[in-house]
Amino acid sequence: MRDLFINASYLGASALFILGLRSMTRPEAARRGMQQAALGMLFAIVGTMVSAEIVDYRFAIGGMVLGTVIGYPLGMWVPMTAMPQRIAISLTFSALAATLVGIAEYYTDITDHGTLERFKMGAIGFEVLLGSITVGGTLVAAGKLQEWLPSKPLTYRGQNLFNALVAALTIGLFIYLVVNPANPAAFALMIAGAVVLGVMLVLPIGGADMPVVVALLNSYSGLAACATGFAIDNQILIISGALDGASGFILSMLMSKAMNRSFSNVLFGAFGSETKAVASKSSGETSVSPISLEDAAMQLGYAQLVIVIPGYGMAVAQAQHAVRELGEIIEKRGGEVKYAVHPVAGRMPGHMNVLLAEADVPYDKLYDMEEINSEFERADVALVIGANDVVNPAARSDKSSPIYGMPILDADKAKSVIVLKRGMAAGFAGIENALFYDKRCRMLFGDAKISLTGLIGEIKNV
Amino acid sequence: MLLLQIYVFLLAAFVGYMVISRVPPLLHTPLMAATNAISGISLVGSLIAAGAQRNGLSTLLGTVAVVAATTNIVGGFLIVDRMLAMFKRDAKPGTPAKPGHGG
Repeated sequence: MRDLFINASYLGASALFILGLRSMTRPEAARRGMQQAALGMLFAIVGTMVSAEIVDYRFAIGGMVLGTVIGYPLGMWVPMTAMPQRIAISLTFSALAATLVGIAEYYTDITDHGTLERFKMGAIGFEVLLGSITVGGTLVAAGKLQEWLPSKPLTYRGQNLFNALVAALTIGLFIYLVVNPANPAAFALMIAGAVVLGVMLVLPIGGADMPVVVALLNSYSGLAACATGFAIDNQILIISGALDGASGFILSMLMSKAMNRSFSNVLFGAFGSETKAVASKSSGETSVSPISLEDAAMQLGYAQLVIVIPGYGMAVAQAQHAVRELGEIIEKRGGEVKYAVHPVAGRMPGHMNVLLAEADVPYDKLYDMEEINSEFERADVALVIGANDVVNPAARSDKSSPIYGMPILDADKAKSVIVLKRGMAAGFAGIENALFYDKRCRMLFGDAKISLTGLIGEIKNV
Repeated sequence: MLLLQIYVFLLAAFVGYMVISRVPPLLHTPLMAATNAISGISLVGSLIAAGAQRNGLSTLLGTVAVVAATTNIVGGFLIVDRMLAMFKRDAKPGTPAKPGHGG
């Protein structure tokens, strides 16, 4: 009877999780769907709590109370601009939970029986291996996103060789443990190796590649949960882990496709560090032409169609509210405003969409790259706010460019382009942007939020 | 047992792939937050490790895992809800629905 109840609660939870994720295909259904998924989670927790295996409720309940106390502020008070690092830290937590459960399972079996079944050892090995890599990797990713660690790629000589050695050692220990499970020292060393490997794999990855990495680590943490399910024979862990893994996998594929790069290139390429030679080649042709606030306001004030292209610079300047305000003024004057969002703009998949939604920009004005690219020819002004590489036409034309082949937003096809930019520093990829030297392109230098506030003031006078 | 587990895994991965590949880029960040919240399901394994009174280490690690997983569940579902509440359509009447977004 009790087992039936537990299994029914798990089945209900799995169904609600899948329906919740399915609701994410439609923005207007998503909120309710995810609330139902939360209800599913409650079913699963209640089902587990009545299980015969739990005899001592003190630590289970105490832990949940403490987790709620920590989780509430992390859910309610973290600002949307801090979302990438918030997501990275939550991946750390889920991978940590999976790893610790794996260690506890291993230790219990070793002390009770002196050994483990090979199959269970394999599952636990996968669980702690993937979990530890994810813990190490997500901590570094969160540190970089929070800028506690330099977001530039950190590289040194022999990096790939060192990583390969650590990987070989870790995998070697894993295989050894499947054959001889009763070796806690090897088990501990494998965990240490996997954490180091996770740290080392993410250190050389630069800020703009973070969307791929965070998505990939998401997939690892899902697979770790899956392996937990195999180890303790629990279907709902297998199901939820597989959903999580699939989501991370799809997102990382989409992200690397949007950068026209392969997984291995992102992981081992250390993009920004090796492109300085290319940088000098295209510069020095002509100079960029700045624009005054008044002139920019004039152009925007009389434009019929303005396409706004937000980038990471908008997030850094926290300018999303000013962007929305400017858009509303242009609309009030009779112009049309659309927002063009590149898949890898920002530091995580969908970063720009969330920031603009936070600023109350209706989501039917946010367009994906494929939807909007044909409209640039019609646009009077393409307003680039803190974006760089995603509008670099060299990606289309210059075969020697490191970003050649990456799909871009066709800002250069607009009748005029205004770029809001802090200074003339090159973009993340370290390459000059040919768009800035185009005769139709004018630069408005300064902090994006201050420039936008200035533009809003000026347009009112136009 | 193993065969059944693999069966469940493959089916879930397939369903996950089919469902999630249809999520529009608009909602990719809430999707990541949502899968994070769902991954708090590790709580199921953590509760057992924390409450089964097997040995001191298992109870200790299990309890830490319970804290970590609960943090993800509570924080994750709250953040998804906050985020999804922000996505609104244009309130102005007569705005034509855009194909590909919602609908």
